[in-house]
Amino acid sequence: MTVAVVVFPGSNCEHDVVHALRLLGGEAELVWHRDDDLAGADAVVLPGGFAHGDALRTGAIARFSPVMTEVGRMAEAGAPVLGICNGFQVLCEAGLLPGAFIANRDLRFVCAMVDVEVTDTGTILTAGASEGRRLRIPLNSYEGNWVDPTRRGRVVMRYTDDPNGSQDRAAAVANAAGNVVGIMPHPERAVEAIIGSEDGRILLEGFLASVPQATRA
Amino acid sequence: MNVTVTIRRRAVIADPHGATVARALADLGHTGVRSLRIDRTIHLDVDGDDPETVRGQVAAMCEQLLANPVLEDYEITVQP
Repeated sequence: MTVAVVVFPGSNCEHDVVHALRLLGGEAELVWHRDDDLAGADAVVLPGGFAHGDALRTGAIARFSPVMTEVGRMAEAGAPVLGICNGFQVLCEAGLLPGAFIANRDLRFVCAMVDVEVTDTGTILTAGASEGRRLRIPLNSYEGNWVDPTRRGRVVMRYTDDPNGSQDRAAAVANAAGNVVGIMPHPERAVEAIIGSEDGRILLEGFLASVPQATRA
Repeated sequence: MNVTVTIRRRAVIADPHGATVARALADLGHTGVRSLRIDRTIHLDVDGDDPETVRGQVAAMCEQLLANPVLEDYEITVQP
């Protein structure tokens, strides 16, 4: 059970993700975005940051990184694929999740603990939580304002407040199958009481539980 | 050939930067601004001398990278 954590130029949360997953008993390894395979990983995380400096649009360049071909193949095969913050933006640009991101409604970079509510437990991120469960996790983004004109998006977590104008107060969105999930706040930064919250654990533990055991020799 | 691409966010999608600039204009006494949207303009110099061929190439660039099909439309002007 290995999770590949992709590093794009400009990613800055990859070590937090690896730390959190290992703390929770998972195996996690960093994979460079130019690699065209995921070293046999059973699941993948696209971490937060500013891949390729957010040039043109957030995630617009990153979606063409060589590693994204394999990420797309895994998503199609039903493997767990999680995008956090900038990783969520990359998944939308890649067309693996519906919608797109624009600047926060008030043009403020939101750096705050926010409360989110689980509204759909049928995904690789929310399977361990009960519906209606409220979690307090940090949000750190300028372009966290998700829009989905087609309304195809499956909103699986909502902000209880409205910190950025995101449509339907969406904080996390899944594909129809529930194996590809994007979340704008950072569960990996809420896994130890000493840093302010442990509420991210239930999400990342659920994610790890969804990772199939390796069948390769 | 010189090509200008205007990337325009669709009217149904919010434009927080445009809304902020519109408020600033009103604060400065410029009343009567009914709507303000900020587009993105991209200038390219592309190999070739057939305008329609170049237009097709730039359209492919827009579809693949320059515009986000969820949010934006694009308009291509090839300079004569």
